[in-house]
Amino acid sequence: MRHLEQLPPWAAVVIALLVVTGASLTVLGGLGLVRLKSFYQRLHAPTLGYSYGTLLIVLASMLMFTLLEGRVVVHEVMIGIFIMATTPITLLMLGRAALRRDRDAKLGHDEAVPPRIPREDRPAEPRGQTGHGEGLEDAGLLPDAEREERERADQARD
Amino acid sequence: MTRAVPHPVLSAVLVLMWLLLTSFSLGNLALGTVIALTAGWAVEHLHPPRPKFRRWSAIPLLMGIVARDILRSNIAVARVLLLGPNHPAYHSGFVELQLRLRDPNAIAVLAIILTATPGTAWIEFEQEDGRLLLHVLDLRSEDDWQTLIRDRYESLLMEIFE
Repeated sequence: MRHLEQLPPWAAVVIALLVVTGASLTVLGGLGLVRLKSFYQRLHAPTLGYSYGTLLIVLASMLMFTLLEGRVVVHEVMIGIFIMATTPITLLMLGRAALRRDRDAKLGHDEAVPPRIPREDRPAEPRGQTGHGEGLEDAGLLPDAEREERERADQARD
Repeated sequence: MTRAVPHPVLSAVLVLMWLLLTSFSLGNLALGTVIALTAGWAVEHLHPPRPKFRRWSAIPLLMGIVARDILRSNIAVARVLLLGPNHPAYHSGFVELQLRLRDPNAIAVLAIILTATPGTAWIEFEQEDGRLLLHVLDLRSEDDWQTLIRDRYESLLMEIFE
């Protein structure tokens, strides 16, 4: 807090607003991970912290140290660039892995996903809104542990 | 472009970054230059498709549009998260669309834009025919994502890269 006291009041207010807004967005993103229902919906939640959460906190930090040290401080831009360039890679890999799992009929499903159409059968026009999704768990395809257990017991008896 | 400095722009940016993160001195300049040249040489061995910028002037315009769209979708997604995913007004779902972009660098930029936008997630892209599968958090039946992506981002990216 000593830093903020050395600043003019208007700057302290602006910096505090930026930090609090950015942090709130990030917390909201974290909350979304808990509240949303399916894996694909949860992919959207952390981007709140990744986009404007990071941007606002970086801006606040740049503004504060520029005013405090009396010279232009732009180190923080690097944080923004690195986050901008690396986070999509993780989210893309996670999304593709989830899609692959959900298309495999033998594994548990998180959500009804559009099936992969082989290249030669693909219609000329893209499907647009596919009607898949909705964040509903596709419970019919989840492995039925109890039935498997019964079958195994039956086989053991025979 | 020469054998010694295969990626001059990349190396120059890296030297700048090194000087930005450390304090300026002759030793740091020398060290940064060595690191930048090594990095440029390493990148050359990965054979990346070299980006060609046709229209620099469209880049700030694209950045402005993206910053505004991300801000708007931040607010929209924050509202969805606060109201809860069970709220009947919200539906999430998959959208399939066709991209005209073919330049790998342009497609990478589009992937970053769509991933950074909280409402959309880039799920799968078929490189041969340009089909893209998106997951949209707040999907409304009247929205036309194909036209939206094509007119807002794709045309600008094509102007910049192709």
